[in-house]
Amino acid sequence: MKVHEHQAKEIFAKYGLPVPKGYPAFTVEEAVEAAQQLGKFPVVVKAQIHAGGRGKAGGVKLANNLDEVQKYAAELLGKTLITFQTGPEGLPVSRIYIEEGTNIDKEYYVAITLDRSKSKLIIMASSEGGMEIEEVAATNPEAIITEEIDPFIGLRAFQARNIALKLGFPKNLINKVAGVFLKLYNVYMKEDASMVEINPLVLTKEGNIVVLDAKVDFDDNALFRHPDIMEMEDPTQESELEVKAKQYNLNYIKLDGNIACMVNGAGLAMATMDTIKLAGGEPANFLDVGGSANAEQIANAFKIILSDPNVKAIFINIFGGILRCDRLAEGIIQASKEVNPHVPIVVRMEGTNVELGKKMLAESGLDLIPADTMWEGAQKAVELAKQTG
Amino acid sequence: MSVLVNKDTKVIVQGITGREGSFHATQCKAYGTQVVGGVTPGKGGQEVEGMPVFDSVEEAVEKTGADCSLIFVPPPFAADAVLEAVDAGIKTVICITEGIPVNDMIPVKNYIKTYYPDTVLIGPNCPGVITPDEAKIGIMPGHIFKRGKVGIVSRSGTLTYEAAFQLSNRDIGQSTVIGIGGDPVPGTVFSDVLRWFQDDPETEAIVMIGEIGGTAEEEAAEFIKEYVTKPVVAYIAGVTAPPGKRMGHAGAIIAGGKGTAEEKYKALESAGATTVKNISFIGEAVAEVLK
Repeated sequence: MKVHEHQAKEIFAKYGLPVPKGYPAFTVEEAVEAAQQLGKFPVVVKAQIHAGGRGKAGGVKLANNLDEVQKYAAELLGKTLITFQTGPEGLPVSRIYIEEGTNIDKEYYVAITLDRSKSKLIIMASSEGGMEIEEVAATNPEAIITEEIDPFIGLRAFQARNIALKLGFPKNLINKVAGVFLKLYNVYMKEDASMVEINPLVLTKEGNIVVLDAKVDFDDNALFRHPDIMEMEDPTQESELEVKAKQYNLNYIKLDGNIACMVNGAGLAMATMDTIKLAGGEPANFLDVGGSANAEQIANAFKIILSDPNVKAIFINIFGGILRCDRLAEGIIQASKEVNPHVPIVVRMEGTNVELGKKMLAESGLDLIPADTMWEGAQKAVELAKQTG
Repeated sequence: MSVLVNKDTKVIVQGITGREGSFHATQCKAYGTQVVGGVTPGKGGQEVEGMPVFDSVEEAVEKTGADCSLIFVPPPFAADAVLEAVDAGIKTVICITEGIPVNDMIPVKNYIKTYYPDTVLIGPNCPGVITPDEAKIGIMPGHIFKRGKVGIVSRSGTLTYEAAFQLSNRDIGQSTVIGIGGDPVPGTVFSDVLRWFQDDPETEAIVMIGEIGGTAEEEAAEFIKEYVTKPVVAYIAGVTAPPGKRMGHAGAIIAGGKGTAEEKYKALESAGATTVKNISFIGEAVAEVLK
């Protein structure tokens, strides 16, 4: 799960990390109020979206007086910001963050994340702050300092100091910077993050250390331990259908194509999308109905799929294991009567009780197109989508 | 021969009194697996379909001689259940549970590697392991598998079924089928299983089913170059998956431009594996390499 910068900073502050003073604002009036609260100019007006690259996309403005705050707040609020991380559709700015200005001398980068090939956490830092780490990794990999974190004893103070030294911080600030790294590690562990990042970490002209931008991603599997973080979720940053699917407990991701798929199992769902593409079509979504889909779940899945106006055909691909084909057929029949899908539906079914399932579908009187293999099903769905389109 | 599990494997089921645990314990037993009991703390002394329930894994091992554990314990308690099994001397721990926090799994994986290097953890978030006609230790539908000479290893449950089904339909049987699971910190990775299959005299060819996210497939490709002489047929799911989105499995995500299907296919091809882009033709590809 992702949160906004202002929420990440709120969490960071609880752990004693040096974040600048600031207030979130949902309206122009709140923005002006926030700037008055800060009491001194310049202030920074920052668009809050779940993506990076805001600065270059015009989402971060420096305001020297209240008029400018008002002007920038009005410009940003309600705008759709397109950055290199959002994709061409962009993300809506429904809140901004008003923050005190920082006198930047030098910028650094630091992050903690999982190294999957080692199954250990790593801390990465670089003196090329403000840049994307992928870019640094590609152009100047030796500028990245990496330390492995022992899973039994955690990040050690000496490791944190060594990183600070290698980054070239002034000697009198080494312990302070090391403290930032150790506190960042505490955030990661105690809040069950999957990624924490400070980019940039700033050395100010006054000689202070400031966390200028903050990013945290949380491990969805651990959210049950963090009800306060769950409350920080912002549905405006996800597609409407994905938010709705989540309420139905369905694993759904919207894509740009016109052939919807309904599949059991994440791997098979991805393979189904890939097969549609191979057959010359474009998948409209990823959808895993899970291993225990009943009629209600299938009806919900139909509703989600059919609310996507691009959808011209549906491909249902089920490998019945624990989920028996007859139960699934029952679900499709019941759900079709309830929802009345207006596009052609291709069904490929295999596995436990498949004969019974196929018979039930054939006798249901529903206009379903059977397919024996995934490949055949995908080809039929692509063909039908062309006809309806 | 087979790898990891066979007709002599004695299995206990942790979480046997739960809905899933009792259902699958019964199914595994019906397949012919030696399910010798189960564990639910506080419910020792009860029975589930004739299988005795114990309060701890230690007690279960002592009374039954179990050497394998199948875990259905809910996510908040699953990491602890794995460690309990490992500490009680269980040699093969198969964890089905989906949704275990990554921060719980990191120390578990490293603990096993450090203190119990001979213990194998399969999963979590996996369908389990089956050696057809001998032992089914997991949630897969047993009837689609057939005994033979192809080893299957996969990060996805339903794609394992898809592949096994295509093989069985062509009368190509399987030696052992292992689902290593879709989590970012899996107990066992492709290269571990590739070694077992390479060393198993019954296995003549290997099917490897990967997906986007992480670098386990690239590491497997390196291992194939070094060690594997048997033919490997590989499929990677997620060519059309958009970056930055988690595709159902916690580990299936392209992050920072890394973990794409293209990179994985490229690595496997350069390692000499036969790659299949259309999953519907995986059976055909295996038949071809066995010729």
